[in-house]
Amino acid sequence: MERSVLALRVLSPAAFTVTLFVLWEIACRVLNVPLTILPAPSAVFGALWQYRAPIASNSIVTLWTTLAGFLMATVFGLLLGILVGWHRAIYAGLYPVMIGFNSIPKVAVVPVLILWFGLGEIPAILTAFLISFFPIVVNVATGLATVEPEMEDVLRALGASKLDIVRKIGIPRSLPYFFGSLKVAITLAFVGAVVSETVGSNKGIGKLMLDAQASFQVPIVFAGLLVLAFLGIVLYGLTAAIEQRFTGWAFRGRSAN
Amino acid sequence: MGYGRGAAAVRAVEDVSLSIARGEFVAVVGPSGCGKSSLMKLVSGLHPPLSGKLTVEGQPVRGPLKSVGMAFQNSNLLPWRSATDNVLLPLEIVEPYRSRMRAERAAYRDKAVKLLESVGLAGFTAKFPWELSGGMQQRASICRALIHEPDILMLDEPFAALDAFTREELWCALRDLQAARNVTVMLVTHDLREAVFLADTVYVMSSRPGRIVRRCEVPIARPRDLEVTYTEPFQNIVHELRGLIGARH
Repeated sequence: MERSVLALRVLSPAAFTVTLFVLWEIACRVLNVPLTILPAPSAVFGALWQYRAPIASNSIVTLWTTLAGFLMATVFGLLLGILVGWHRAIYAGLYPVMIGFNSIPKVAVVPVLILWFGLGEIPAILTAFLISFFPIVVNVATGLATVEPEMEDVLRALGASKLDIVRKIGIPRSLPYFFGSLKVAITLAFVGAVVSETVGSNKGIGKLMLDAQASFQVPIVFAGLLVLAFLGIVLYGLTAAIEQRFTGWAFRGRSAN
Repeated sequence: MGYGRGAAAVRAVEDVSLSIARGEFVAVVGPSGCGKSSLMKLVSGLHPPLSGKLTVEGQPVRGPLKSVGMAFQNSNLLPWRSATDNVLLPLEIVEPYRSRMRAERAAYRDKAVKLLESVGLAGFTAKFPWELSGGMQQRASICRALIHEPDILMLDEPFAALDAFTREELWCALRDLQAARNVTVMLVTHDLREAVFLADTVYVMSSRPGRIVRRCEVPIARPRDLEVTYTEPFQNIVHELRGLIGARH
């Protein structure tokens, strides 16, 4: 049992990834693709190793701006979600405003943020925050708003206050929605941070890739993409693990027993 | 009018008045949609009455009553809590347990486990609702309604979703619980055999507007055994009640 799970979860994705890289390498060599168009994986990994110091230092910047923005979004999104889900009137009033706000492409906000806070990490953090709080709010609010009236009746029959009902039923029930939205939010926060770095910044993977592109060091650009993909998977995996840990009851079929 | 230490009356739906003695087991039967559940929600204070007066224990009902425990057709157990934690829920809400929860959690937990064991759920107390069968969930749900030692237990078709054999098992579980705790029970059901088997008094409601058309005392001695349901006097009462419901064929 343990062994087959290991094979499914680890070996199978690893095999696919390696196959993909091998195919990519073969395609580049056979078709003789120029290095400036699509470098082969060997060149990309070579660049990754050669420039490991700047790539690592810039990755850490991107990682921490992403996480800072994500944490802000988590706290703010959870609170706003509870507020929005608390009452139908608040839901009806705030929801259109939030949709309007969410429709603004966040790239367009970055120049404003740079204007306010200057070049640096703060615009990246704020962009990550702005882009990622919305799914959290929507999910928490939906979780609260869709509590079964019968479940509420159980508590109301005991004379429970609205606060009691939200604490005992609303919040636990919306936790799967909340943690589900974290998986979406972390990916978005990452996008936000990198977008902001690309538009204007002095550090970060986005900035590194921009500089490499300007000097036609295409393997470094691709190395940056690889690092981004890797970080994205790690962050997603972390939030997915947290989700499993806290809302196992909602995944009964798979994790129970 | 009111619910009292001796006997009293409650008024609801339309010209409905029933008097329930302390420790009495009352069943309300009627065709679907006759307002049985509404009656129950009114009495428990879940829905405020639009007009008319409603008193329980001499006090007008203004909101949910803490002296009432309720169980519904669906067990409505919280899926993120184990059976024991589900049963503990009312103690986290109702005073005076609520303020003592922190200090006496272990004692309360013990009490919940004992209650669950008394309805045959020994060994399932740590299970989550989805790990329990429908009948087990309903047992836990009734335990939850009883844990804060309410004076009145209100059951809204609690066994309607169960199969016939599980249902009969739960009748006996409920019969024993009620006998042991001497709690007043108001059971809403559309199962006449269930009503006659369990109740001291059966009220028959008519179709809309909901009215009590008959009050029928069940003369069979208690505690009753399931065998009773196959005897002639039992069948006669059920037959008579069936006639009163008056659905057309």
